[in-house]
Amino acid sequence: MAIAVEMPKMSDTMEEGVLVEWQVEEGTAVSAGDIIAQVETDKATMDLEVYDDGVLLKKVVAEGEAIPIGGLIAVLGNEGDDISAILGKYQDGAPAAQPTDSATEVDNEPDVDSESIDIAEPSGDGSVMETVEAVTTPSGTGGRILSSPLARRLANENNLSLTRISGSGPQGRIIKKDVEAALASGVSGISTQALPDDSPPEIVKLSQMRKAIARRLASSKFSSPHFYLTIDVDMVNAISFREQANANVEESGDPKISFNDLITKACGMALLRHPGVNSSFDEQKGHIAYHKNAHVAVAVAIDDGLITPVVRHASHKSLRQIAVETRELAAKARTKKLQPEEYEGSTFTTSNLGMFGIDEFTAIINPPNSCILAIGTIRDIPVVKDGEVVPGKQMKLTMSCDHRSVDGASGAQFLETVRMLLENPVQMIL
Amino acid sequence: MATLQYREALRAAMTEEMIRDDRVFLIGEEVAEYNGAYKVSEGMLDQFGPKRVIDTPISENGFSGLSIGAAMNGLRPIVEFMTFNFSFVAIDQIINNAAKIRYMSGGQFSVPIVFRGANGAAGQLAATHNTSTESIYATTPGLIVVAPSNPDDAKGLLKTAIRDDNPVLFMESEVMFGLKGEVSDEEDYTIPIGKARIAREGKDVTIVGHSKSYWLALETADALAKEGYDAEVIDPRTIRPLDIDTIAESVKKTNRCVIIDESSPFASISSEMVYQLQSKIFDYLDAPILRITSKDTPAPYAKNLMEYYMPQVSDAVAACKQVMYV
Repeated sequence: MAIAVEMPKMSDTMEEGVLVEWQVEEGTAVSAGDIIAQVETDKATMDLEVYDDGVLLKKVVAEGEAIPIGGLIAVLGNEGDDISAILGKYQDGAPAAQPTDSATEVDNEPDVDSESIDIAEPSGDGSVMETVEAVTTPSGTGGRILSSPLARRLANENNLSLTRISGSGPQGRIIKKDVEAALASGVSGISTQALPDDSPPEIVKLSQMRKAIARRLASSKFSSPHFYLTIDVDMVNAISFREQANANVEESGDPKISFNDLITKACGMALLRHPGVNSSFDEQKGHIAYHKNAHVAVAVAIDDGLITPVVRHASHKSLRQIAVETRELAAKARTKKLQPEEYEGSTFTTSNLGMFGIDEFTAIINPPNSCILAIGTIRDIPVVKDGEVVPGKQMKLTMSCDHRSVDGASGAQFLETVRMLLENPVQMIL
Repeated sequence: MATLQYREALRAAMTEEMIRDDRVFLIGEEVAEYNGAYKVSEGMLDQFGPKRVIDTPISENGFSGLSIGAAMNGLRPIVEFMTFNFSFVAIDQIINNAAKIRYMSGGQFSVPIVFRGANGAAGQLAATHNTSTESIYATTPGLIVVAPSNPDDAKGLLKTAIRDDNPVLFMESEVMFGLKGEVSDEEDYTIPIGKARIAREGKDVTIVGHSKSYWLALETADALAKEGYDAEVIDPRTIRPLDIDTIAESVKKTNRCVIIDESSPFASISSEMVYQLQSKIFDYLDAPILRITSKDTPAPYAKNLMEYYMPQVSDAVAACKQVMYV
């Protein structure tokens, strides 16, 4: 009896997967647990295992193709099994016989969400791409300026850009007469030489990650009412604390503790003291979940976008532990090797653009978190201390809060705790 | 200058060459006693006798092969095909023997022979008697193909062809045999093979036509002149070796070209001209090169269909206007 191999749900935000590479040929016998292919999800490239024994009768999907969760990838069975019934049940790689109603209103419920949206996705993608191309390619000529060879040569000899000449030939082809007319009318070559020809934009298909970012952040920004709290932190103590902490890392081989690690730790501790911030708003279930653990996600920029690996129990880990773990997670993120348990389950997120010289910015909340902390650079600025203007080291933290679960006062109290910890870092090692 | 018919010019060329060189002889169906199916060889039997003006059975393959053998052994035959449509019976002799023996013998043999006769369409002669054969033969390395459009060229080029040590296919036309024209009185008048003739100078578009198509080209130029356009007309005269340089120089000047070629369109003489022109003078073209050919079908019999099948001046005028963007 032939068995369908469907696209599994490999992460809680995954809606479809791209079959990157087949690792087993048709006609090969496989056992449960064998890896038959590599699948790219919105987060990582993962192994596709089979759950049954049998012969790989058919690869339904070509490499590079995107398949929704539940879509047919392959058929297993015994040599000679009739697979037409299975193939008939699935159409265009979509799950067999799924209801398509109520697709949009269940946006926050991944299980239902993925099925309904994915059915619509293949055709939707195509039409979007076509529309984009139609807009950018005038009169079906692929964006190319049509011109006769002679017109091209004449224009070139006179340093005249073809973009400055209107063509009178078929489909607007620029011909000798048009170049001569342009030259006669005094369209100067010298000044136009620097202008490049009009080129159509490069069209890049959305990657799985880019789709996930677009969907999740748009949903967050449009459904959760953001408000923003900014606080200025004196980092003089943190700077000297960090210097002492890193004083002997050259000999010990431990990774250096970064300012970001200090902030991760401070946030972890503050979260447990301010459970209002350490929460998730769930409209569907009509409740707010107040988390008992502080799992702090750290946004990591990677080639194709960003991902937020999670430092679990940041409140209870030592700064050194946090430093080691964050570096490992970031390295995995950059090579797309993060496993779901490494980027799921955060209760709070930080995003740091200080290394780019950004003073302050506002971030979009990473659902299902209630808050995200945007970290700016440490600025050398004059500050007033005890009535005197002295050199200062200041850092701005801006927290975006979901007003459905967090109010201004509780957000402010949380930030005050974070500031106190960063300004007195020794408290983080007590 | 004397005014001669095309057939008289051919006869004058053969006669002069047979007087000049006694190795030259004429052979073919009806060339002797009947004075030629189209009276090209009228009076030549009387003048040169039956050893040099030889009637044959209907056996193109046989007398072509015999003549190639004679040429290999030092004679200089002129083989008349009543039309080149019948040369297909002898095509193995022409393409495999005449064209290749010099090459295959490492130059030990040459084949100084002229195959001449009517080529192309000539009215209501139906599918098998209306073939334009120039592209069929011109594709073969080792063959020279000449197709003069007027009595003067016919005389000068035929004399040169007879003197050439390589096989020449000399293509005439039933409908041009009676064509009259001025022919040079110059003694021993010859025209070099492989030289095109600029028949009319102009600056707006180059029209190329050989043999009968040359006359269509002239008519096209006249029609355009009435509308104020100045066409240059070129008669290639020799198909192979093709004088592409003369045509290319003209198109460099006019930037536009229309070729009239009554061959079937696929892989025809005009196809080759277009290839060579675009590869040589791409940067001088202001429009695609267009051509007017016969329709891509066997020739029909019905008069109205035959007119439709053949290149027409009106088509050529339209093509010229298209490349001039007017």
